Amino acid sequence: MKALGSLTRMAVIADKEWIQIRRDARSLYLSLFIPSLLVLLFGYALVFDVKHVKIGIFDQDGSFLSRQYCERFKHTEYLSVEKYVKNYREIDYLINTGSIIMAIVIPPDFEKKFNSGKFADVQVLVDGSDSMSALIATGYIKAITYEFNRDYLEQALIKKGISFIKQPVEIKNRIWYNSELKSRNFVIPGNLGLILAIISALITSLTISREWERGTMETLITTPVRGYEVVLGKLVPYIFIGVFDVICGLSIGYFVFNVPFRGSFIELCLISVLFLIGTCSIGILISSATRVQVLSVQLAIVVTYLPSFILSDFIFPIKNMPLIIRIITYIVPAKYMIVVLKGIILKGVGYSVLCTQIVFLFIFSVVVLALSIKKFRVTLPDQ
Amino acid sequence: MIAVTGLTKRFGEMIAVDSLDFTVNKGEIFGIVGPDGSGKSTLLRMISSILIPDRGSIAINGVDVQENPFLIKEKLAYMPQRFGLYEDLTVEENIFFFGRLFLLSRRDIRKRLDTLYGFSRLGPFNDRLAGKLSGGMKQKLGLVCSLVHTPEVLLLDEPTNGVDPVSRREFWDILYELLGQGVTIVVTTAYLDEAERSNRVALMYRGRFIRLGKPKSIRNEMKQKMLQVVVNRPKIAEAALKKHEGGKIIRTGNSIRIFTDTVQKTRRHIKQILSNNRVGIISIEEVPPRLEDSFIEIITREEAC
Repeated sequence: MKALGSLTRMAVIADKEWIQIRRDARSLYLSLFIPSLLVLLFGYALVFDVKHVKIGIFDQDGSFLSRQYCERFKHTEYLSVEKYVKNYREIDYLINTGSIIMAIVIPPDFEKKFNSGKFADVQVLVDGSDSMSALIATGYIKAITYEFNRDYLEQALIKKGISFIKQPVEIKNRIWYNSELKSRNFVIPGNLGLILAIISALITSLTISREWERGTMETLITTPVRGYEVVLGKLVPYIFIGVFDVICGLSIGYFVFNVPFRGSFIELCLISVLFLIGTCSIGILISSATRVQVLSVQLAIVVTYLPSFILSDFIFPIKNMPLIIRIITYIVPAKYMIVVLKGIILKGVGYSVLCTQIVFLFIFSVVVLALSIKKFRVTLPDQ
Repeated sequence: MIAVTGLTKRFGEMIAVDSLDFTVNKGEIFGIVGPDGSGKSTLLRMISSILIPDRGSIAINGVDVQENPFLIKEKLAYMPQRFGLYEDLTVEENIFFFGRLFLLSRRDIRKRLDTLYGFSRLGPFNDRLAGKLSGGMKQKLGLVCSLVHTPEVLLLDEPTNGVDPVSRREFWDILYELLGQGVTIVVTTAYLDEAERSNRVALMYRGRFIRLGKPKSIRNEMKQKMLQVVVNRPKIAEAALKKHEGGKIIRTGNSIRIFTDTVQKTRRHIKQILSNNRVGIISIEEVPPRLEDSFIEIITREEAC
């Protein structure tokens, strides 16, 4: 009977909260559509694939061989030859203005050296300010040059009558789970985890501080409602909103960006609920601690955004971080959720493989929820 | 019904409620009058269990408020000074919300709606958002929401503050009706006329009850008349008059109010003092004493003893 009363009051709180969310169009849109919009935007914008690298070519030789070599750079989607330059000054200018990030310089005696059997040097000038793209792009140049060398060697050998040559070792890549190595395939699930972590804490961070600011809390706490009933009741609608966001985000990934979905949808939703209980409770905890709306929103952003972005293994690999930072990452729920999302979406694995993540998410959610219930009191503070 | 003993609450250095002892009888309206900051709200909050006292205890029907807050909350209703309902919920949604928190079924609440709408006349506005109601209607809705679960004790913190006189009278009519049903009401107010409508009234000042009794006996104490003098050099006038009249002087801006039993004699007296001090009198007239004034008069007398 007592438990039934408790459940009823929770339902009443959840019901009231839902009416309030519905009436506040702005925060409703924020919580329902902004996550999808962000997934969409980041899906287009946050692409780590290095393609169409702009390069310039300074061919000082102008010979048949040098032109043949240059030709190789034109027929690939990874590079795009922006300009044939006439002197070093021009290279300097183009790199400074960002028109190109790399220039290939072929010396005047390129063909002569090549034919006389000496090493024919080629200089590659790289804009190192974007080190990641630069590194990958020089890799492209190396690969193309290697291929050029091999082809020439082959031709030379054929001329001498050796028609069949075999490379001693040849690498055959086979990439699992994301066979085309499309960065979008890991960006979308990672992003979804990140956005969920932020949005869920953000929308709940207002609920309790708003009641304190508007004065409704003073009436609410004189009714027989218990602290935990208020906290749990308030969580319910936001968790539904969170699950809605998960479904929207996944649909955008699947239908718009053709990210495959290999695992169990139900399993993903259930783990999302676990994750959302934790992240929504962060918002509630902040809200009951500050009792001020502006402050709680700011805190919610700081507490969720930076850690989820930097310490979740989404963009920056955790294994390269110093030990102390690696320890801190254990309390970042987005870290586990991103593993779960990638696992279920790209690999199609189930709970048995993800049990570590599930256990950590469970511990996180229980602890934060308990803290937020403890922090919320049905008495006024001594101001 | 309500027994308060040695109740004390401190906020830092300030003593908001200072070792109060009093009882409220079942089925009476107990009025608490006092200027802003005298500790009225703090007292009501402690009775309603949402503020923890530093010392002392409160028992309602023999049940200690501190020890069994939830048992008390079932039978109690508290209406804070600031509008405490959800402005983005409609009148009816607010009523249902509070009713259901007390575990009333929707059907029971619907049955009570007629009575509640009957005395509050909020029926025609049932679909209106609470935030869109006028001040008087908001207060009535606040009362309605606190009455859904038929409480035995009703705590009202300045319920008619900022409400027009007609609504105020209506509000008090409702309170009398409740009194007929045996509800015990504790109400704070800054209006003297409202205090007079209570069965018993306490004058609260600096966390203590400086008077407690039937309104009539307290009013008798305030029977003095009052003179208001408007002058051109108020500070000099105040100093001069204080020398002759003692603490019964209250100055606001360039008007000075003085308590007296003998209007004519004092009027002559004042004129003489002021002209001796070369203070010009703009006007001098008899005015009815305001509650605030009566208070200060009682307080100064109190402090003089």
